[in-house]
Amino acid sequence: MTHVARAFLLGVLLFLYAPIIVMVAMAFNASPLYAMPFEFSTRWFGALAGDAVLIDSTRNSLVIAVLTAVIATILGTAASLALERKRFMGRAILRILLLPPIAIPWIISGTAMLLFFFWTGIGRGFHAMLIGHVALAIPYVVLVVGTGLKNVRVDLEEAAQSLGSTPLHAFFAVTLPLLAPSIAAAALFAFAVSLDQFVISYFLATPGYSTLPVQIYTAIRKGFTPEINAISALLLGFSMLAILAFVCLSKAGGTLERR
Amino acid sequence: MQGELAGGGLRQARSGRSLKRAMPVWVGTLALLLPTYLWLTLAIFLPLLGMLVFSFLTKAPFGNAKPAFTFDQYLAFVRQPYLIDVAWTSLRLALVTTGLCMILGLAAAMALKQAASGRARTILFMLIILPFWTNGLIRIFSWTMVLREGGFIDMVIRAFWPGAPSIGLLYSEPAIIIGLVHGYLPYMILTCFISLLAIDDDLIDAARSLGARNYVIFGKIILPLALPGLISGAVLTFVPVIGCFMEPRILGGRVGVTMGTVIEDQFTSAFNWPRGAAFSFSMLALVLVVFALFSSVLRQGGIAREDG
Repeated sequence: MTHVARAFLLGVLLFLYAPIIVMVAMAFNASPLYAMPFEFSTRWFGALAGDAVLIDSTRNSLVIAVLTAVIATILGTAASLALERKRFMGRAILRILLLPPIAIPWIISGTAMLLFFFWTGIGRGFHAMLIGHVALAIPYVVLVVGTGLKNVRVDLEEAAQSLGSTPLHAFFAVTLPLLAPSIAAAALFAFAVSLDQFVISYFLATPGYSTLPVQIYTAIRKGFTPEINAISALLLGFSMLAILAFVCLSKAGGTLERR
Repeated sequence: MQGELAGGGLRQARSGRSLKRAMPVWVGTLALLLPTYLWLTLAIFLPLLGMLVFSFLTKAPFGNAKPAFTFDQYLAFVRQPYLIDVAWTSLRLALVTTGLCMILGLAAAMALKQAASGRARTILFMLIILPFWTNGLIRIFSWTMVLREGGFIDMVIRAFWPGAPSIGLLYSEPAIIIGLVHGYLPYMILTCFISLLAIDDDLIDAARSLGARNYVIFGKIILPLALPGLISGAVLTFVPVIGCFMEPRILGGRVGVTMGTVIEDQFTSAFNWPRGAAFSFSMLALVLVVFALFSSVLRQGGIAREDG
């Protein structure tokens, strides 16, 4: 049985990784038509350096992802403090209202945003994308920080207050440090959600302002070129680094919570 | 905002000091919640409402246009029967992808539990989850490298059989399904594996010592206990796949006409936004109908999760 299981797992891993490895390998192949035999070259990475549109859209993606992480983390942390720690009417409904951003197909929320923002004069471009990305990231932040809050005991904060600490000081001196790993993980999650987001960005992009995934999609639809492989390979490497950081942080969170 | 937050904490602490700076608890709670829900209202709820309004208009109310109320946008499904076919393609892609992911995902999760333990299992698990952290667009693009004429599959076949005809799978429905399964399988393995981890191995040993065969153990123990994971995985797969448009465009070419691509066309090239809005809402309705059809299973999964 174990042999069968191992062989099957190997098959699954092959299925998951083979296309990605082939794609990365082709980024290093000199032929513009992906022709064989393989001839090592970094010319496609060099070509990226001169592609102003790609560089611009990469910068846009990063700026939006950082801002999304900051805004969504602040808003989501505040909301999860209220949802976890306070008792009030309508809490269950408020929790359900967090679902639509992640439970409705993106093409629906994306086209709805395009239509509404255009109609009301909010328009498209940077600020519209930021509004959309933050809304998508908030539910994840509430979830991650909420899980973290369950492990931070309320009575610690209360103890600090009974010892004369002001509530504000008690929150910043006791709860916030204990919650920090969860908040950092949530921020990274929000960053990743934004960086990865394509559908909503696609509908809110303008000819002058778009993000990297939108540019990649446009390029793929024009035709396959090794330049797309090169930028994809770079993005892949970046995602791997991000997940490594995430794993390290959540490990740190685990040890902190156990302490 | 932090001030109000402190006000709420003050009340909770019920210390004598709270009387001095008494502030109704709800003010603090409201201040914590308001920014998030205002943001969601602006970004999600109002746009959906706006789209609902649009879907009943004859034309977009921009400029000097004088739109009138109509059901025509929804009646398009009756008047242009090919749209029913398109909707069926979307539904079929979503059902087949979800089904394949469920079978492969559960099998992979069971294999993972069986084949390795401790550190090796953690590493294997991370390896499986890792691809889903990379951009979906890139993973779909990767498949064009494998499936296209003269691509990786053709190369491998020709290595064994020189001059073999091309498989030429790219621009076909199987290509779209392969890409979609690749995209969502890690989710399914993740949710199934988490469910399986909660199963006590003693339960399986006990059943086996009482003479239960493998398929009985699978049907009576593993499947019911893995159901919550299977169901959350299925929802996580079904919802995005039914709305997919990037995958059919890239891997399906001209074959890949789905509700997603039709909606994309209405908004980006045909500029018939009321029509696009009606299609979007029809898709939302389709999602809700499918959820309703499977509601008894969904609820079972929910109950099992609460018990666990």
